[in-house]
Amino acid sequence: MTSICSLPILASAGGFSASDGASAIKLSLAWVDYLIISVYFAFVVGIGWVLKKHLKTSSDFFESGRTLPAWICALGFIGANLGAQEVMGMAASGAKYGISTSHFYWIGAIPAMVFVGIFMMPFYYGSKARSVPEYLKLRFDEKTRGLNAVSFALMTVFSSGISMHALSSLLSAILGWNYDLCIIISGLVVLVYIYTGGLTSAIYNEVLQFFLIVLGFLPLVLIGLKDIGGWDGLMQNLGLYSEAKGMPGAWSESWQHMGHAADNPMGIEWFGLMMGLGFVLSFGYWCTDFLVIQRAMAAKDMNAARLTPIIAAIPKMLFPALVILPGMICVALMQRHTGDVVLPLAADGSPDYNMVVPTLLSKYFPNGMLGIGLTALMASFMSGMAGNVTAFNTVFTYDIYQSYFNKKASDAHLVKVGKMTTIVGLLVSALAAYTAREFNNIMDMLQLVFGFVNAPLFAVFLLGMFWRRSTGHGAFFGLVTGTLTALVFNGLTLPAGSATGIKGGWISVQYTFASSMAQSFWMAIFAFTGCFLGTFIISLLTKPNRTHDELRGLVYSLTEKPKAEARSWYARPAVLGTIVLGATLVLNVIFW
Amino acid sequence: MQLDVRVPMGWLFLVLGLILLGFGLIPNQAMYDQHSLGENVNLHWGAIFATFGGITLLIARKAKE
Repeated sequence: MTSICSLPILASAGGFSASDGASAIKLSLAWVDYLIISVYFAFVVGIGWVLKKHLKTSSDFFESGRTLPAWICALGFIGANLGAQEVMGMAASGAKYGISTSHFYWIGAIPAMVFVGIFMMPFYYGSKARSVPEYLKLRFDEKTRGLNAVSFALMTVFSSGISMHALSSLLSAILGWNYDLCIIISGLVVLVYIYTGGLTSAIYNEVLQFFLIVLGFLPLVLIGLKDIGGWDGLMQNLGLYSEAKGMPGAWSESWQHMGHAADNPMGIEWFGLMMGLGFVLSFGYWCTDFLVIQRAMAAKDMNAARLTPIIAAIPKMLFPALVILPGMICVALMQRHTGDVVLPLAADGSPDYNMVVPTLLSKYFPNGMLGIGLTALMASFMSGMAGNVTAFNTVFTYDIYQSYFNKKASDAHLVKVGKMTTIVGLLVSALAAYTAREFNNIMDMLQLVFGFVNAPLFAVFLLGMFWRRSTGHGAFFGLVTGTLTALVFNGLTLPAGSATGIKGGWISVQYTFASSMAQSFWMAIFAFTGCFLGTFIISLLTKPNRTHDELRGLVYSLTEKPKAEARSWYARPAVLGTIVLGATLVLNVIFW
Repeated sequence: MQLDVRVPMGWLFLVLGLILLGFGLIPNQAMYDQHSLGENVNLHWGAIFATFGGITLLIARKAKE
């Protein structure tokens, strides 16, 4: 996930950061590879240029004029999520944890995507809110919106900077390109196509990036599978690898080893996985993060908006085959001990799993396809940057600038502010990238703080949408309570083998988790519970600040249910959502 | 009339496919033996990319009519 809330998870799950070990892999590009990369960049910039003449209002720039069909919004929805953490991080996790990494999809994404499509999009889209923070203002009050808008704006530019840094580090390590030049080129390309074409340009490019990533990585998986002896060869070698690691079967079976944290490479037991990842973190990201919700809000009508995340769940469900399998293939090839696949070593002397994809690209792709693979890799980093920047410019313009600095701003003025914000957002992203390069500990600290802020967020939305009695004071102080709960939880717990400090235990070590992932999941559970109880109790102690009339369209019990119109089964959110959930259940059973 | 996303997408994959096809037609078996288990992946995937691009353009044209 390119999710902000999942950054702390992915950091522990092998989230991408180009290490010094990357220098052990050197890719040699030919003219054909440079030609392919240039053609792609020309198309990306060209799309923004062509769309420029269609941008007339702020709604066009920030919301695509709410004119896009469901399938485009769905591919944008999934494309904005296909950032560096997805392609590089999940391949690394596939190597570290095997098929258990699929939990990030079949438990940690699909149920939440179906839920937001069926139950929450009617409020986001129907309320005519232009952003998620604006929904919070309509439902609760100004201070709750302000808290969410400011923290979200900071997180998006930070996240964009992380993508920029990761891309530049990787390219300078494996291609020998200049780091500064990579920062400038990636920033400029994203700037040009968002500045000229707004959200529509970002979504159109996400559609292109989606297909490029699929068609760019599919040959890698197929050639790798052929090399390892097909599916049977993969399972056989993973079986040997699991035994060598003292956890027989743990790399090729996703649920059978989830009884105890010590029995699986993720170091987490089933309850922490289901509640921490499957409920709190995944619903917190997919149901409240404006980066993805913005794509659904660009849809042409209510039904298209509701279908967007559900259609996006279909490729998302199949993505483990594309992004996790390379990691599994890599460790299976290493298990053969033929020496044809060797991962570079990280600083601590262990294999650098973040280098799985570059290693396989180097092994299986000759010049030509190598250009395609590298372009797909760059596309994934840039879609992560663009998704964050478009969300940032919308939230800053509507929820900060227009709300606090210029309430009477004209429509044309808002477009101008949005464009300026795009430039500022990318400049701040570049600053964050250089900060990440020079001061890694500061970035770790920031990721931790964002984890504290994000973990409790879903509780406020859940109570806001489904309990009419929840109040503005309840929501605001509930969020504060949840964040403080997460902070204290971190201070009292520690992952096994970690020193006290940023990893936790800075108050007093009361509990030691088997892994930092387990600590993250349980922190989310505690933060959610703290926020839920805080919002509930404070709401009961304070007067409602919205009348029933004001809450119509914002709360489930006071909103007219969408009519089941005479549509085909595939155009009905509830039917399609049920089928998607059924298919996900089948996948969980097959790879049990 | 706003740009149909299938038009740039179709052209992109058609152009990339043709570049790969052209490069794949240059004999270089040693390169394929070293990298892709002897298979001329540029030729095969170039054809797939170009076909995907062409079909996408046809669908876009059909939708316009």
